[in-house]
Amino acid sequence: MSAAATPSFNKETPMAVVPPVTTGAASEATSELAMRMTVSNLDFYYGKTHSLHSVNLKIATNRVTALIGPSGCGKSTLLRTMNRMHETLSHTRLTGQILLDGEDILKQDVTRLRRRVGMVFQRPNPFPKSIYDNVAYGLRINGHKKSLDESVEHSLRRAALWDEVKDRLNRSAYGLSGGQQQRLCIARALAVDPEVLLLDEPCSALDPISTAKVEELLIQLKENCTIVIVTHNMQQAARVSDFTAFMLTGDLVEFSPTPQLFTTPTDPRTEAYITGRFG
Amino acid sequence: MSVRMIWRKTVNAVMLSMTGLCALVTVSALFVILGFLAKNGISSIHWSFFTNLPAPVGETGGGIANAIIGTAKMLLLAACIGIPVGLLGAVYLAEFAGQSSAFVVRYAADMLNGVPSIVIGIFSYTIIVLRTHHFSAYAGGFALGIMMIPIILRSCEEFLTAVPRSLREGAMAVGASKWKTIASVVVPAAASGILTAVLLSLARVAGEAAPLLFTAFGNEFWSRGFNEPTSSLAVTIYNYAISPYDDLRRQAWAAGLVLLTLVLVTNLCTRLLLVRQATQRR
Amino acid sequence: MGSIFIAADPGDAESRPRSVLRRLPNGDEIVHLVTMIFGGAILLITVSLVYQLWVHSRESRVAFGLHFFVTSVWDPVALNFGAWPFIYGTLVTTAVSLVIAVPLGLGAAIFLSELAPPKLSSALSFVIDLLAAVPSVIYGMLALFALVPLMSTTIEPFLKATLGFLPLFQGPAYGVGFLTAGLVLAIMIVPYIISVSREVLLAVPQDQREASLGLGATRWETTSKVVVGYARTGILGSIFLSMARALGETMAVAMVIGLTPKVSASLFSSGYSIAAVIANEFTEATGNLYLSSLIELGLVLFLLTFVLNGLARLMIILTSSRGSGVGR
Repeated sequence: MSAAATPSFNKETPMAVVPPVTTGAASEATSELAMRMTVSNLDFYYGKTHSLHSVNLKIATNRVTALIGPSGCGKSTLLRTMNRMHETLSHTRLTGQILLDGEDILKQDVTRLRRRVGMVFQRPNPFPKSIYDNVAYGLRINGHKKSLDESVEHSLRRAALWDEVKDRLNRSAYGLSGGQQQRLCIARALAVDPEVLLLDEPCSALDPISTAKVEELLIQLKENCTIVIVTHNMQQAARVSDFTAFMLTGDLVEFSPTPQLFTTPTDPRTEAYITGRFG
Repeated sequence: MSVRMIWRKTVNAVMLSMTGLCALVTVSALFVILGFLAKNGISSIHWSFFTNLPAPVGETGGGIANAIIGTAKMLLLAACIGIPVGLLGAVYLAEFAGQSSAFVVRYAADMLNGVPSIVIGIFSYTIIVLRTHHFSAYAGGFALGIMMIPIILRSCEEFLTAVPRSLREGAMAVGASKWKTIASVVVPAAASGILTAVLLSLARVAGEAAPLLFTAFGNEFWSRGFNEPTSSLAVTIYNYAISPYDDLRRQAWAAGLVLLTLVLVTNLCTRLLLVRQATQRR
Repeated sequence: MGSIFIAADPGDAESRPRSVLRRLPNGDEIVHLVTMIFGGAILLITVSLVYQLWVHSRESRVAFGLHFFVTSVWDPVALNFGAWPFIYGTLVTTAVSLVIAVPLGLGAAIFLSELAPPKLSSALSFVIDLLAAVPSVIYGMLALFALVPLMSTTIEPFLKATLGFLPLFQGPAYGVGFLTAGLVLAIMIVPYIISVSREVLLAVPQDQREASLGLGATRWETTSKVVVGYARTGILGSIFLSMARALGETMAVAMVIGLTPKVSASLFSSGYSIAAVIANEFTEATGNLYLSSLIELGLVLFLLTFVLNGLARLMIILTSSRGSGVGR
C-alpha cells in the first residue's frame, strides 16, 4: 500500500465527506502533465437528490481518463456536466467550478463549449440521414461549407470507419451495423475537432469485436484528443485508460494512474469493487 | 462571439418565440369564438327562446324549441344505429375477429370515417328519401348514425383491448365462457370508456348540418313522430345566419351559443373523465 | 361440432334460465356470429355507399363523360353541367388553408413538444382538441359576421396594396371568396395538424436531440434539422389527413365562399366548392340530370378524400414500422 494519505491537490472538503484518496504516484505523474479540464468542488442536485458530493478531479491532456463504479454512483452524471448536457434535463442544479483550459465552462456560451467538448452516447444514435450527412452535420452548423468532403473523410479515418463506408457515403446510416454506427457517432463527434471527447459507456450496446475496434480507436485518438470514458467494465478501463477514477454513491473515492488503482488500490472500497465484492 | 454565432443565436431566439406565438394564436382562437358568441348571442337568450316555435318572417319572439327537440330526436335515432353497430363491431374486433377479417372491418370503418358528411347525406338521401319520397327524421337520424359508427367502433375497440388479460383470465378460470366473460367482465370494465366514446360521438354529430340539409331538411313547426321533415339546431343556425333578417341573425348567434355550450361542455367533461381515469390507472 | 340449436322460444329464458342455456350448445358461437354480423354491417354500409354514389351518378356520367371534369359551364336550365369550377374552388381553398395551417400548426406543435413544460403542453393540447370539436356552422357564422367584414375593410385592401402585382391579389374584394374560405378552413384543420404532429414529435427519441445538442447545435437547429426530419413521415400524414378534412368541409365554406361557379386567379374572387354546391343546390335540383350531376360531384369528393386518407394512413403505418431504425 502506498503512503501519502493526504491528497496533494484537493481543496478543503467538508468534515462529513471522506476525502478521496489520490496517491502520491498520481500526483507526481499528473503534476508534470497539463490539465485540460479541472473539476472543483462540484455538487450536483437532481431535484432534491444530492447526486454528486464535492467532486474534485483533474483530467490530463491527451490522456484517457476512465470513470468507473457501480450503477448509480454518479459517473454518467459527472461526465454529463463536463459538456453541460445536464442542462437538457429540468430540475438540475450544480455548484462548483469546471475549468476548461482555465476558463469556467459554466460561464461560457454553451453552444461553443459543446463544439470543444464532444460526446458519444451509450446507444449509437445516428441521425436519419446519410453517412456523409451525419458526419457533416456539425460542420455545416458551424458554417464550414468548403472542403466538407475532406473533413468528412478525415473524421471517418480517425474513427477507423473510412474503408468500410467510403463507397456508400450517401446511403442511410441505419444500414450500418451497431458497431459501425457507434464509430460513425465517434466520427460525427470528431468532425468538429473537439479538444475533449466524452464517451458514456460507448461499448455497452456492442458486440466484443466492435468493442475491441472502438477500444483500439480510443488509444489512437488520445494523441490529439483528451478522452474521458465512463465504463462499467473494469477490464475495459484497465486496457484503455491512463488514469482511473473510482466513484461510489456520488463521491469520488479514489483517483490514480490506472495500473496502480487496479493492482494496489488505497481505499478499501476501491479494493472491494475491483475484486468483485459488489457492483 | 463571431458574427455567425450571433446570427445563429438570434435565429434560435426568434424562431422559438414564433412557435410560442403560433401556439398562442391557435389557443386563443377558441376563446375568440366563445367571446363572439357570448357577446352577440347572450342578449337573445331567455326562457321563451327555448320554448317558442320560430316566428313568421318579420315578426320577433321566435324560438328554437322545435330545433332542439328535432336534434334530440335524431340523436336518439343515431344512437340506436351507432351504438349497437359500433359497440358490437368493436367487440367483434377485440374478441373474435381473425387477422384478415379484422383488417377488412377496420379498413371499412376508417374509410367510412373519412367520408365527408355531405356525402353521407347523399347516401341517406338515396337510401331513404328517394324511397319514401319525403324528408324525415329517419333519414336525418340514419345519416348521423352512420357517422357515429366508426367513431364509436374505434374508441370502444381500444377500450376493450385495454382491459387487462388478468381480468379475463380470472373469469375464465372460474368456468365462464367467452361470451359471458365479455358480457360480465370485459364490457363493464371498459364501461366508462365506452360511455365517453358514445357521448363524444353524440356531441360530434349534434353539430353537423351538412348531412341533414336534404334528409331531415327542416321544419317551421313541430314535426310529428319521426316521419316528417324535422328541424335541427345546426341547420337552423345555418339558415338563420345566411338570412337577411337581423332578428334571425341574432337568433343564430344565440342558437350557436347554445349548441357550442352543449358540445364543449360534453367534450370537456368526457375528456376530463378520460384524463382522470388514465392517471388513476397509473 | 354438433349442430346449433337455437331455442325456439328464448322468451322462456326468464322462467327456466338454467336448462335453456344449457341446451344452447355454444353461446360463444352465437355471440361470435352476432358480433360478426354487426362488424359486417359496417362493410355493407361502406360498400353500399360507394354503390349508391356510382349508380345515382350514372345519368350524369353517361351524358357528360370525362368532359364533366373540364367543363366550366353550370347551367341548370340548359341542362349542361361541368365540374371544373367546383373542383377548382375546392383545390384553391384547400391549398390556401394548407399554406396558412401547416406553418401555424407545425410551429405550435413544435412549441408544445420541444419547449413547453409537460403540464403546460398537455393543458394547451386539451384546449386545442376542444377547438376541433367546434361545429362547422359555428365557424361559418363567425366567419360570415366577423371575418368577412374584416377582410373586406382591412385585410384584403392591405394585401392589394402590398402584393397587388401578383394576379392572386387583384380584382374586386368584397370579403367573401377563396381567401376568406381558405382562412376559415385553416383554423378548422390546424387542431388536427397540431395534435398528430405533437405526438410524433414527442415520440422522437431523446438521444437524437442530445446527439445534436452535443455537437454544439442550438435548440432551433436541433429541432428543425433533426427532430422534425425524424418525424417527417408522421407530420406528412397529418397534413394529408387535414387536406382530406378541408376538401370535404361544407358549411363554413358555403357561408363565405360566395357561391359563384367561377374560375379566377384572384383569391379575392367569389367561387364555389364541391361540397358547397351540393349543400346549396341539392334540394333545388329539378330533374334527374341535375341531381345526378350533383351526386357525381359527391362521388368525386368521395374519391379525393379516399385517396388522401389512404395516403395519410400509409404515412402513419410507415412511421410506426420504421421505429428507431437503429441497428442493434
